[in-house]
Amino acid sequence: MTELDKKQIGVPVPADWAYARLQERYGHFVGGDWLEPAETYTTISPATEEPLAEVGQATPEEVDRAVAAARAAFENGWSGLAASERAKYLFRIARILQERAREFAVLESLNGGKPIKESRDVDLPLAAAHFFYYAGWADKLEYAFPNRRPHPIGVAGQIIPWNFPLLMLAWKIAPALAAGNTVVLKPAETTPLTALLFADVLRQAELPAGVVNLLTGDGRTGAALVEHPGVDKIAFTGSTEVGKAIQRQLAGSGKRLTLELGGKAANIVFDDAALDQAVEGIVNGIYFNQGHVCCAGSRLFVQESIYEPLVEKLRRRLETLRVGDPLDKNTDVGAINSAQQLAKIRELVASGEEEGAQIYQPPCRLPEKGYWFVPTVFTEVAQSYRIAQEEIFGPVLSVLTFRTPEEALEKANNTPYGLSAGVWTEKGSRILWMAQRLRAGVVWANTFNRFDPTSPFGGYKESGFGREGGLHGLEPYLRFDE
Amino acid sequence: MAQAPALPGGFELPLEPRLPRIGSVDAVALEERAASLAKRSIKKDAKVWALQLAIRCTDLTTLEGADTPGKVAALCSKAIRPDPSDAHVPSVAAVCVYPNLVPVAVDRLRGTGIHVASVATGFPSGQYPTDIKIADARRAVEAGADEIDMVIDRGAFLSGRYAKVYDEIVKVKEAVGDAHLKVILETGELGTYDNVRRASLLAMAAGADFIKTSTGKVNPAATLPVALCMLEAIRDVHEETGRLVGFKPAGGVRAAKQAIQHLVLVNETVGPDWLTPELYRIGASSLLNDILMQLRKEKTGAYQSPDYFTLD
Amino acid sequence: MTRLPVKKTYKLFVGGEFPRSESGRTYEAEGQNVARASRKDVRDAVKAARAAQPKWAGATAYNRGQVLYRLAEMVEARAGEFAELSTGREEVERAIDRGSSNPVAGPYFNFTVPEPTGVVAVLAPEEPPLLGLVSRLIPPVVGGNSVVAVASETRPLAAIELAEAVATSDVPGGVINILTGYRRELGPVLASHMDVNALDLAGADGDSPELERLAAENVKRVVHGRADVQSPWEIASFLELKTVWHPIGQ
Repeated sequence: MTELDKKQIGVPVPADWAYARLQERYGHFVGGDWLEPAETYTTISPATEEPLAEVGQATPEEVDRAVAAARAAFENGWSGLAASERAKYLFRIARILQERAREFAVLESLNGGKPIKESRDVDLPLAAAHFFYYAGWADKLEYAFPNRRPHPIGVAGQIIPWNFPLLMLAWKIAPALAAGNTVVLKPAETTPLTALLFADVLRQAELPAGVVNLLTGDGRTGAALVEHPGVDKIAFTGSTEVGKAIQRQLAGSGKRLTLELGGKAANIVFDDAALDQAVEGIVNGIYFNQGHVCCAGSRLFVQESIYEPLVEKLRRRLETLRVGDPLDKNTDVGAINSAQQLAKIRELVASGEEEGAQIYQPPCRLPEKGYWFVPTVFTEVAQSYRIAQEEIFGPVLSVLTFRTPEEALEKANNTPYGLSAGVWTEKGSRILWMAQRLRAGVVWANTFNRFDPTSPFGGYKESGFGREGGLHGLEPYLRFDE
Repeated sequence: MAQAPALPGGFELPLEPRLPRIGSVDAVALEERAASLAKRSIKKDAKVWALQLAIRCTDLTTLEGADTPGKVAALCSKAIRPDPSDAHVPSVAAVCVYPNLVPVAVDRLRGTGIHVASVATGFPSGQYPTDIKIADARRAVEAGADEIDMVIDRGAFLSGRYAKVYDEIVKVKEAVGDAHLKVILETGELGTYDNVRRASLLAMAAGADFIKTSTGKVNPAATLPVALCMLEAIRDVHEETGRLVGFKPAGGVRAAKQAIQHLVLVNETVGPDWLTPELYRIGASSLLNDILMQLRKEKTGAYQSPDYFTLD
Repeated sequence: MTRLPVKKTYKLFVGGEFPRSESGRTYEAEGQNVARASRKDVRDAVKAARAAQPKWAGATAYNRGQVLYRLAEMVEARAGEFAELSTGREEVERAIDRGSSNPVAGPYFNFTVPEPTGVVAVLAPEEPPLLGLVSRLIPPVVGGNSVVAVASETRPLAAIELAEAVATSDVPGGVINILTGYRRELGPVLASHMDVNALDLAGADGDSPELERLAAENVKRVVHGRADVQSPWEIASFLELKTVWHPIGQ
């Protein structure tokens, strides 16, 4: 706690709650109308555990109605609409998201626990950018895929996670619509509110009824959607465990599938790296969004010759992280998304201590209510420890060391996952050598956790298949006559 | 006389136990970090505290060919009582002038505790023979300046003659005796953040009490990324040697908001120990009135007009 | 007096060699005794494929193209039907086209390159025995993968002939492995093998759903290849896309 911070105590800087206009109860958005849900559950704020609203728990019958609405919209106009008209709808959505960015950012932080700084500066701008980007491609598919005669697939069932609720919605819906498909999307159980607010964006954009349908609910709703015979394609982002279950469930169905699953990314720092920037990259890599990031740099590999100064710098930097109210503009690390996730983080952290790793947590006062976890660094971690192998999906970093590039590479690739990796060195040839050999879908060199609609994202091995973003992100939503 | 080896070789300089590795700086990540710190929201009490601190850390500066005893006298009055209507507004840290005007400032500021700083060593270009630069600094001290803001020889630095840069700082440090030595890197002429870091370490190794960004005669001057880069070098020297070296951004800091951003940078990079005039200064002229306007706005709740604040 | 022909022994092709099945089993097909591969032969073949893959992937596309063209020459000498192989180099270059540089909004250079998925298991179609195998075998190999293929069960001889051509070509040992035997027996072993990255079910017929379920255990890329499809885009099914970011600064 420093003088400048002390002076701020008692004077939090909350973003304006009034922006988040909450209803007491939400239905499902089906066929352009609100469908009164048969069952509901309560969604809460993870920072305070306060209830925010009642939302629907979609039943198989409701899933059926949504799929039927999507099918009808596909057959009755959307797939036959001039591509330039589809593009205009997407541009409208992008623009409206920008106009209402503040409202969405506040709601995202309220319902998901992420710092308003991040929902304001990352989630919302990127979500709008995705719609802009794919709006641009909507009427240029022939150019994008020359001689392949692209066609839409039909109805896409999309299931998204709770870590970037609106952004993942944009990643899913924008390319699907640009390619001429219609959509049934289910947001995560714990973070339904921005998706439900998005329905109001669709109203303002005057998107034809049924082109986008939104169902809330837990895994049961997701399973019903995956199973539904009227769905032509499933896109899922979430845990590897659920991804495998979906792949199994779809066996023999002939439905198209893309999976964006878990990760255990290596962030590799060589002794010639720009250390202060590497430290920023490490911090951004693992504490961004409380570590609720599938591509988080959760395994830090440090060349032994700089181990001590680097860990010292890291420790020092951790002391400046501010953990607390997600709606405070100065908060760096917000609330853990759910009680369940907090329990999982605690369990894995306890295993790390038991197995013999050294734990470091900066002094930090946490609020009494809500779900919180102090940013944590484990040193003296062995490759075999659970904290070095399993995805924690929380603000917990495991530090390991290496001596040579070859060793760093071997250890980095020694995982069933393959989503992302980081490399920090000032030597250009070594960056390319490493980037070529790392088995991961995204390699960040001298940076970390950068995202852009033009940049394909997705994993190797058990981190899933298919790419989102860029031209490659359109392919899963198209079939080709070739 | 100690001789500095050419950088970026060993850099084994007479500082115990050792200097931090020179390393390099990634420009994009540095700028992103600086931009993210600039977004810190500072409100109410903390803001008033920060603005008053900024005044206490100000080196109120006039460095014009047209400077006269009258101009400097007026500046000194402002330095002592920046806002005569508000007793809570503190005095500034120092008044910074050309050597010829040091006697005027010394005379005006006697007994106030406000320091007299003088630029020297062929300010602003530094393109003069070494003996002239040393004499320049010595004369300013003899005239009563207790702080010397010297410039490094950027021509020597950019042509790789690091030892010459180092030697000159060592010699000036000897020449000014007990006076506080601030070494101006003129970062706007150094071209890269790598060079800013090298020059920062070089100046600290040679004995600088403060390192300072700019003369105010070159753009860009005290940008946030440059400040962050220099503060990181200062922090590294402190970590390695325990030595506390001060920092002075100068040039381009005109608005109260910028001053607060600079203070946030200090707070989060080197820590609150540096939030004191002993280790932190802001070189400025027009900044002071903007801070005064902000302070009065915080006090009264009403937005202010420049007509109510004196131009000196 | 008619000369008594020297009877050929049809064996497996694993790691560039022609072993019998470790089980010692054979079965009769097309009037010949053909090796009937076992679980352990699958294990050995995957191991050989894994070992050979990095070097094959590391060869330049130009080199891979030349090696495959040489294979086509070997095959050409043997039979006209083998001519389907001759598109190697062009396909490699088309595959490379899937890379891109991506105009991200920020001071970063960002590019995407295709890379092989790793070890690919192929259940070749029953018919046509040679063309079906070749159509499914070559696209992953072109892309830098190594392959373990199960030949047509009823008509395996052409596959062995192909293996002999491969063995005399410059294709490194282990890049192409061909097993003969019962698909029902070998399919599940390949589909559940945790070191196989992708699975082409061209010849799986009614077993597909079960094999797909097994494939989910390590998130295999599952492809339903067709014997009659000859398109460079077939290569893409066995490629991963890697995107690399680097800041642009002074």
